[in-house]
Amino acid sequence: MSESPPPVDDATETVKKLYDVAVTDSKGQTVLHPSRDSYHDLIQLLVREGYDVCVDLCGADHLGNATRVLPMTIEPERFELVVNLLDVHTPRRLRIRVQVPESDPVVTTISDVHPGAEAMERETSDMFGVCFQGHPDPTPILLPDGWEGHPLRKDFSMGRIPVQFKAVEGR
Amino acid sequence: MTKLDHLRNRDAVLRMSESEAEERASVVDPDDERMIINMGPQHPSTHGVLRVTLELQGETVLRSKPVIGYLHTGMEKTAEDLTFLQGPTNVTRMDYASPLFTELTFSLAVEALLEIELPDRSTWIRMLMCELNRMSSHLLFLATNGMDLGAVGMMIYGWREREEILRFFEKVTGLRMNHNYIRPGGVAVDLPDGWRQDVQRILEILPERLEQFDVLMTGQPIWRERTQGIGIITTDEALALGATGPVLRSTGFAWDLRRAMPYLAYDQVEFDIVVGTYGDTFDRYAIRLNEIRESMRIVEQCLELMPEGPYRVEDRKVTPPPRARINESMEALIHHFKIFTEGFKVPPGEVYTAVESPRGELGCYLVSDGGPTPQRMHIRAPSFANLQTLPHMMHGGLLADAIAVISSIDPIMGEVDR
Repeated sequence: MSESPPPVDDATETVKKLYDVAVTDSKGQTVLHPSRDSYHDLIQLLVREGYDVCVDLCGADHLGNATRVLPMTIEPERFELVVNLLDVHTPRRLRIRVQVPESDPVVTTISDVHPGAEAMERETSDMFGVCFQGHPDPTPILLPDGWEGHPLRKDFSMGRIPVQFKAVEGR
Repeated sequence: MTKLDHLRNRDAVLRMSESEAEERASVVDPDDERMIINMGPQHPSTHGVLRVTLELQGETVLRSKPVIGYLHTGMEKTAEDLTFLQGPTNVTRMDYASPLFTELTFSLAVEALLEIELPDRSTWIRMLMCELNRMSSHLLFLATNGMDLGAVGMMIYGWREREEILRFFEKVTGLRMNHNYIRPGGVAVDLPDGWRQDVQRILEILPERLEQFDVLMTGQPIWRERTQGIGIITTDEALALGATGPVLRSTGFAWDLRRAMPYLAYDQVEFDIVVGTYGDTFDRYAIRLNEIRESMRIVEQCLELMPEGPYRVEDRKVTPPPRARINESMEALIHHFKIFTEGFKVPPGEVYTAVESPRGELGCYLVSDGGPTPQRMHIRAPSFANLQTLPHMMHGGLLADAIAVISSIDPIMGEVDR
């Protein structure tokens, strides 16, 4: 038995020290809760720590969810941005949850660090109306151009789906 | 950050909205030899409804942009209205070529939140079925890949072999596709009588047929001309773009979740990870062909090591009681009624699980608020991320090669659009 701690602890320790980020554990998976301001820098730092693949990025709407557990220092907001990072050199994962307020749903893009996050950010923007500052191509990806509303928001009802397909102008 | 600069400087992605592209297309500038054309979504080689906006100079592809969303049916939204037991019926329709994997990743996520241990047999049944599904999915790839590149006969052969496996699936699950077989708590039913002989038969037929594919395609000069050195991507680029599965492995990077982060019982079986060298279209084809052989090895071991025992958790709060018990036990009737009307409640929490689907990392991010339906269910679709490599692979190539490149990514649009 070696005395050295598992590699996942190294990274989270460094992160804790540098950014004072709250770290929680969810079913054995490490979750970081950075603030919106430190989120981009944290992602950049984690690349150097080995987490160089952004495997997934999605949003979540916690409207009406009273059971959510967050660290004491984190102010709960309606939206969450969830990023799953992967270290392919020493197989390990890390999840990052950023609180995004409903009144100002703007987050800095990480597509400059992880180009693969580009499409995922576009999807999140479609589905939750979260804007990504500095995104190179902020066009809709899954929804038609000009679609109104953000389907994965909890207050977007499934029952009243209007058909919004419009004729293309000039045709 | 040199590798990122390289990706950015290549200028392979056409970042333009629909209206801008239309405007550009309508302006005639005699000095500008570039033009923007549209491919798909009805083009037969675009695997369903993928549409690509291409900027061409002559026949050379400069920039391109995959336009997706034509199959978007809001399945993640639907999932929030279905109970955890009904969930697999929904997610199984995402990747219709390998439905069992989406069911698996969803079920693993629910089980992680429930914190239940599965009986061994259910784990091994899942593994057996998933590997068979990987084979059928790769056979479908060989069929469509052959067809896209002009080996039309291959389409019939690939389809024929896949049918053998689908026939077995029909016997086990009742359906050829969209099985809803892997459910939270285990699998829907035990393997039927005679399953060993059926699987054995598939294992006997396939090796010889795979040899035939080698003759028809692998060693054939025309096939090699059309695939070798086409659509090259490097390991750094693939990782930066979040590509996984055969696309990543074709670059020579041996990343396979079955080996790197074993789930089910993959740490108890022997298999090799197939990797390529050049990251070109040929490598991606060869990887899938050889992964069928590796999957056959795993299936053989499943036949040998399949344990006896229950095929699902004996926890009546999660899985319904056997039909026969309902007639005799009031408690069983109540459990049955509760599960199928209200569904079972899952403790609050959030979890991300990932499995290695035939296309790459298939993940499920699941948030429960303690009720019988998920607060949020998100599927990380491998094809969705892999499609982002498309502009980089096609950049500087010929339009005719674009078909080969799209085909080699093997996107399943149902999963891309969800």
